[in-house]
Amino acid sequence: MSDTQALDHIATWRAAGHKAALATVIQTWGSSPRPAGSHMAINAKGEFVGSVSGGCIEGAVIEAAREVMATGQPKTLEFGVTNEMAWDVGLACGGKVRVFVEAVE
Amino acid sequence: MKSSLLTELQSRIAAKHSCALVTETITGAQAIVGGGGTAGALVLSPESLGHINRLIAADKSSVIDGTNLFVRVYSPSPRMVIVGAVHIAQSLVPLAQLAGFETIVIDPRGAFLSANELAGATAIEEWPDEGMTKVKADARTAVVTLTHDPKLDDPALAAALRSPAFYIGALGSRKTHEKRLLRLRGEGFNETELARIHGPVGLDINAVSPAEIAVSIVAQVIDELRADTK
Repeated sequence: MSDTQALDHIATWRAAGHKAALATVIQTWGSSPRPAGSHMAINAKGEFVGSVSGGCIEGAVIEAAREVMATGQPKTLEFGVTNEMAWDVGLACGGKVRVFVEAVE
Repeated sequence: MKSSLLTELQSRIAAKHSCALVTETITGAQAIVGGGGTAGALVLSPESLGHINRLIAADKSSVIDGTNLFVRVYSPSPRMVIVGAVHIAQSLVPLAQLAGFETIVIDPRGAFLSANELAGATAIEEWPDEGMTKVKADARTAVVTLTHDPKLDDPALAAALRSPAFYIGALGSRKTHEKRLLRLRGEGFNETELARIHGPVGLDINAVSPAEIAVSIVAQVIDELRADTK
C-alpha cells in the first residue's frame, strides 16, 4: 500500500458520495515506525487504508477521523510516551508522532 | 482538503511531477506547489516558498520550523533499469516493485523478454545503448546489469556512467568485474567514475538463489537511495 494509493481511495469514496478523511504523519521524534508524510485514508464506515504507525494508534486516529468528518474541522493529534493517553494508545517503541487529520469535502 | 484540490494533486502525481501539498495545520488551509504553478487557497510568503522548493528538491516531507506549515512532498517513484531479462530479473522485478521502484527491463533478445515472467515491468526490446537512450537515467534511477555478456553489459554501464544515476551495479564475480573494469578503462573512464559501479552487485549476504541475489541487490540500492537520510 503506497501513500498515494490512500489518496486514490479517498477520491473513490468521495466519488461514491461517502464522507472521507485523510490522516497524515506530520512530525516524528525518536523511533516512530512511519515517517512524516505517511497517509491513512478513513471513510465514514470506519474502513481505512494505509497506516500512520505500526498499528499502535490507528484506532484512535479512526475515532478522531469520525469527529473530523462530522465537524469538518481539522485536528492535530499527538501520541507518545509523554502523552497522558500513553497507557491506552501510546507507541510501544517509545517514539512520538503528530498526526494531522482532515476531512476531504 | 477540498475534493477539487485532491483531484489536482492526483493529476500532478500521475503526470510524475515533483510537487508538494502545503497545509496550515491550525486552519487546514492548503496549497499545491510545484509541478505546474501554485493552486489552492493558502497564501505563502516568498520565504516559505523557498523552504518548500528546497524540501521538494530533497524529497523530504516536513514541518517548516517556527510555522504551522506542513509540507508533504510527492516525488515520482525511483526507477530501476534492469539490463538482461534473465532468471534473476524474475525475482528482482517484483521485489523492486514492492520496495516502490518503477521497473524497466532492457534486452534485445525478444525471446528472453517473453520467456521470463516480468509482470509489471516495462520491457524495452533494444540493444542496451539504444535502450538506455530511451530510458534517460536521472538522479532517481538505478541501473543494474545482469547479462554477464560484455557486449550487452558494457554499453549499458557506459551509458549509466555518463548519467547521474544514483546507483550502478553489475552482476558477475570479482574476476569478471576486474576484466570489465579493464575494458571500461580502455573506453576512457577514470577510477573515480568506475568506483560508481557496484561489482559484484548487491550486499554481501552470502546469497545463492536468484531470489536471494535479488534481495541483496534491492537492499544495496535502497542503501544508496537513502544514504543522505542517515
